[in-house]
Amino acid sequence: MWKPYLSMLFKPGTIRGGVHPEPRKEATANLTIETAFPLPSILYLALQQHVGKAAEPVVRVGDRVLKGQLIAVSQGNVSAPLHAPTSGVIADIMDFPSAHPSALPTPTILLETDGLDEWREGIEEIDPFTLSAEEICARVGAAGVVGMGGAAFPSRVKLNLGRERRIETLIINGGECEPYLTCDDRLMQERAEAIVDGIRIMMRGLQCQQSIIGIEDNKLDAIEAMRRAVAPWASQMAVAVLPSLYPMGWDKQMIRYLTGLEVPAGGRATDIGVLMHNVGTAYAVHEAIRYQKPLISRVVTVSGGAVARPRNVEAPLGTPLSALLDFCGYQPERKARLILGGPMMGEALPHANLPLVKGAAGILALSVEEVSASDAKSCIRCSRCVTACPVGLLPLEMMSRIRAGQLESALKFGLKDCISCGSCSYVCPSEIPLVHYFKYANGELMAQQQAKHKSEQTRKLADERQARLERVRQEAAAQAAARKAQALAQAEARKAAQAAKASQSARSAETQTVESAS
Amino acid sequence: MKPVLSAPFKNASEEHAAIMDKVMLALLPATVIGLFVFGWPAVFLFLITLLSAIGWEAVCLRLAGRPIRSTLADHSALLTGWLLAISLPPWAPWWIGVLGGFIAIVVGKQVYGGLGQNLFNPAMLARVALLVSFPLEMTTWTPATLLGDGQPGFGAAWDIFLGQTIPDGYSGATSIGYLKTELSRGKMLPAIASEGDYNLGLNLIGLERGSLGETSAIALLSGGIWLLRQKVISWEIPVSLLLTVAVLAGVAVVLDPMHQPGIGFHLGSGGMLLFAFFIATDYVTSPNTRVGQMVFGAGCGALVFIIRTWGAYPEGIAFAILLMNSLTPLIDHYIRPRIYGRDFKGQPLEMEGKP
Amino acid sequence: MYLIYALFSLTLMGMAFGYLLGIAARHFKVEDNPLAEKIEALMPGSQCGQCGYPGCRPAAEALVAGEAPPTLCPPGGRALAEQLANLLSLELDLSGVDDHLPMVAQVDETLCIGCCRCYKVCPTDALVGASKMIHVVVADACIACGKCVDVCPTECLKLHPVRPTLKTWRWPKPLLAGA
Repeated sequence: MWKPYLSMLFKPGTIRGGVHPEPRKEATANLTIETAFPLPSILYLALQQHVGKAAEPVVRVGDRVLKGQLIAVSQGNVSAPLHAPTSGVIADIMDFPSAHPSALPTPTILLETDGLDEWREGIEEIDPFTLSAEEICARVGAAGVVGMGGAAFPSRVKLNLGRERRIETLIINGGECEPYLTCDDRLMQERAEAIVDGIRIMMRGLQCQQSIIGIEDNKLDAIEAMRRAVAPWASQMAVAVLPSLYPMGWDKQMIRYLTGLEVPAGGRATDIGVLMHNVGTAYAVHEAIRYQKPLISRVVTVSGGAVARPRNVEAPLGTPLSALLDFCGYQPERKARLILGGPMMGEALPHANLPLVKGAAGILALSVEEVSASDAKSCIRCSRCVTACPVGLLPLEMMSRIRAGQLESALKFGLKDCISCGSCSYVCPSEIPLVHYFKYANGELMAQQQAKHKSEQTRKLADERQARLERVRQEAAAQAAARKAQALAQAEARKAAQAAKASQSARSAETQTVESAS
Repeated sequence: MKPVLSAPFKNASEEHAAIMDKVMLALLPATVIGLFVFGWPAVFLFLITLLSAIGWEAVCLRLAGRPIRSTLADHSALLTGWLLAISLPPWAPWWIGVLGGFIAIVVGKQVYGGLGQNLFNPAMLARVALLVSFPLEMTTWTPATLLGDGQPGFGAAWDIFLGQTIPDGYSGATSIGYLKTELSRGKMLPAIASEGDYNLGLNLIGLERGSLGETSAIALLSGGIWLLRQKVISWEIPVSLLLTVAVLAGVAVVLDPMHQPGIGFHLGSGGMLLFAFFIATDYVTSPNTRVGQMVFGAGCGALVFIIRTWGAYPEGIAFAILLMNSLTPLIDHYIRPRIYGRDFKGQPLEMEGKP
Repeated sequence: MYLIYALFSLTLMGMAFGYLLGIAARHFKVEDNPLAEKIEALMPGSQCGQCGYPGCRPAAEALVAGEAPPTLCPPGGRALAEQLANLLSLELDLSGVDDHLPMVAQVDETLCIGCCRCYKVCPTDALVGASKMIHVVVADACIACGKCVDVCPTECLKLHPVRPTLKTWRWPKPLLAGA
C-alpha cells in the first residue's frame, strides 16, 4: 500500500542528513602518487586482511618466494588469498599485532625482502574480453582482490552475486567523502584509463551493460580525467557528479541519489539491480585480469598535522606504518592521534609498528589542533544528531537508553541500522561520543547473544550427559537382568535335568524290582 | 591501559555557552527596548531575576556535588533567568523575581536532573506558578513611555522595586486584557477600537503595556529571524505556530468580525513572537523530529488561540506551552523518522521479487 | 468543628480501606511457582554448583525467595545477571561480576596419569580420555566450573583465563566524567 507513496519520495537526487567537515585535502590532492617508496626490509602480511575466514599459509618458514606468488589460500567461499608483495624469504609465520585499536595478535607471515623485486612467471598482458564471465570472477578471487574503499569484502563474492542476480547497473564509488583522504582522487586523475578498463572488465564479469561512476564535485580534475577516459564507451558508461557531503560515499546514500531506489533493510544492493565497487577495486581488477598481477600493493594517503610531507604513497602490503610515516616526515612529538582510515570512521591505533593492510585507505597522524578531545557534557536534546543522521535514526534516544543499560529498547530506535558514519557525534554540541555508544551496544548485544547460545549449548551438553549416564545405567541394568535371567534359566535347566535323571533312575529301579520279583 | 577512543576524532564543536549566548544576543534588542520604555523598576527587576536564577543554580549544584564554575559556564541558567525576566510585569517587586528564579531553576530544572532532563520549559513554569499564586502583582501593567516621560525617578523606582504599592494612575490593562474585559461586557469590536487607544504602529515598536521584554514585536521578529539564520533554531516550530494562529485568527475574523480582533492583532501582541521564536523552540522540551516539531508548533498555536479567545486569561502563552511540553514525549514516541530501507512502520521495504 | 468531623471520618475510611486491601492481598496472593521455572529456564542448566546451591533449580528457588542476589551464577555472567534482575525487579550490583576473564580448563599433559576421575564429574562431558591415556579438555564445552580441578590427584588440571583475540574483542562502554 505504501509503495506508490514511497516511490514519490524516492526521486533521484534525494539526500538525507550528512555533515560538512573541513575537507583538508589540499595537502595531498595536487601531488602525484609516490611510486618510488623504498622497500622495507620485512613485510608483515596478516592472514586476515578481509572479511570472512582467514587465509591459510601454503609456504613454510625458510621458503623463497617470488613477487606475486601465492603464499596463503582462501578458506571457503567468503575469503581471499594472499600473495607475496615482493621477492624474498619467509622469515616467520607467527602471531603479530594487528592493525586494530587493540593491536591484538593475529597470524601473520613475515617476509624478509631481498631487494630484487623479482616477479613470478605468468604476468603477460592478456585480453580480458576473451575470458568468460565466470572466468573473470574466478580470477578476481584468485588475485585476492577485496574492496579497496576500506570494507575489504572479497570482490569475487560480490561479482558472482551480481552476475547471478543479473544486475542492471554497476556503480563505481569515487566519492571519497572522508577528510584528508585523496588516494582515490589521485588514482582517478593519474590512472583513469586503467580504472575504466577495470570497470569494463567488471561489467563483462557481471554481464551488465551499464555503469555510472559517482564522483564528488570537489574533485573537478578527477571528473575531467574520468570523463575523458569513458568517452569511447559513452553509451554504456557515464560519470555522475555528486554533491560534496559526508557521507556521500556511503553506498546506500549514493545508490539512492543516483537511481532513486533504496536498498531494503536486511537486503543487498543486488536486490534492486545495482552493485557498487570502489575505484581502487576497479583498478585492482584491471591489474589482476589484464596483467595477471595479484593484489600486492595499494595507494594510501599519508597525511595529518604531525606529518611534514604529506603524500599519497603506493606501498606494498605489509609495510610497517612507521616506515610510511617516516618516509613522509613523521614528527612523533606533534602526534595526538594515529588513525587508520579517515577521521570520521577510522580506527585509532596505539602505535605505528603495525602493518599496512588491503583495506587501509589512509594513515593519519593528527596533531592536537586537529582533534577534539573534551569531556562529554549532558545531552541538551538539540536534535542536531537527528538532522545529521543519513539513515534516519534517533541517536539521542539510543544513547540515553544505552547509558541506562536498556540495550533492547535502544534497538527500537534503529541501533541495528547504524552505519557508524560519525555524523551524529560530529555535530553534537555536548561532544557526546555517540558512535562509541552504538559500537559498544552492538558488541554487547552480540556478546549477550553468544552467551545465550553458550548457555543453551551447555544445557544441551548437560542433558546429553544425563541421557548418556541414564543409557549406561539402563544397559548395565539390562545386562544384569539378562545375566540373572540366564542364571535362572541355567538353574532351571539343571533342576529339570536332575529331575529327569531322578525320574529315570526311579523308573529303572522300578523295572529292576519288577524283573527281580517275577 | 589507555581507554580506546572511537571515531569520529573531530567534532564541529559549538559549545553550549555559544548557543545560549546567541539566543541572548537575539533577545537583546527587545530587552533593551523594554528596559528603556519601562524605566528603572524594570532594570532592577531584570537584574534581580538574572541573579536569582544563577544563584539558585549554584545552590543546587553545590547540594548535588557538581562542579559549579564549569556548569554555570554553559550559561543555561542565565538564559532561563533572562526569559523569565522578560515575561514578568515590568514593575513587579523584587521577591517576584527571586521566587520566579527559584521555581524556574530548582523546581523546573534541577529537580528533574539538570540540563537536558526537564519536562517543562522552566521559565514558563515559573511564570504560571507566579501568575496563579500572585495574580495581583502579576497582572499590574504599567505604561510604556519614551525616555522617562512620566516615569518615576530613581528613588521612587527603588521603592516600587522594594514592593511599595504602585502609585495611582500608573497601572492599566494591556491591549489584550482591555479587549477581553470589554468583550465580556458585551461590547463589539468597532466600539472597543474607538474607545481604546490601540495604535498598531506603536505597539509593534514596543510602546504598549505588557511584560518587560515582550512588547516590541519588531525587535522580537528580527531577533528570531537572526536566530534562524544562525541555525540555532529551525523554521518548523515558529512557522507552524504563527501559521496556525494566523489561519485560526483569519477564519475567526471572517466568521465573527464583531468580536474577533484579526490576524495582525494576534501576531503582533503580547509576546506571540517571543513565544514562536524563543520559548517554543527550547531544545529540551520540544520534539526531536521535523514533523514532530511541526505538530508541536501547530498545537501551541491552536492552544494559544483557544485560550485567548475562550479562556479566562487574556494571555495564553505560558499555559499553551506547558500543555504542549507535556505532549512532547508522546509526539516523540509516535512520530519518528523513516529509517533508510524501511517503511514508516519500521519493516524492511518490499521490492518486486528479482530472480 | 466540621474540620474535626472531616478529619476523623476521612482517617477512619482510610484505615478501613487499607485493612480491606491488606486482606485482599493475602487472600488473593498468587503462588509464584511459575517464576522459579522461568528462572530455571534462563540458567545454563549444567548443575555445576558454582553458585553454592546443589543445582540450578534450588538456585532458582533461592532467587525467588530473595535469598540470593541475581549475580549468583558465574557461567551466566553479566547477561544472565541483567536478565534475572529485570525479571525479579531487583537492584543489580555488577561490581563483582565479570571482573575475571572467561576461564577454561586445561590439562597439563606432562602430569596426566589417565586416572579417569575428571570426566566422571564434568557436568558437560567436556573432558575426553580413556584409562591410562592422557585426557584433553574440549574448550567449547568447558564452562570452567572447577569440579575437575578439585578431583584431579596430580593437579594437572587448572583453570586458565581465555586469551582475548581479535574475534572476541569488543568496544568498552564509553566513560563519562560528571553528567
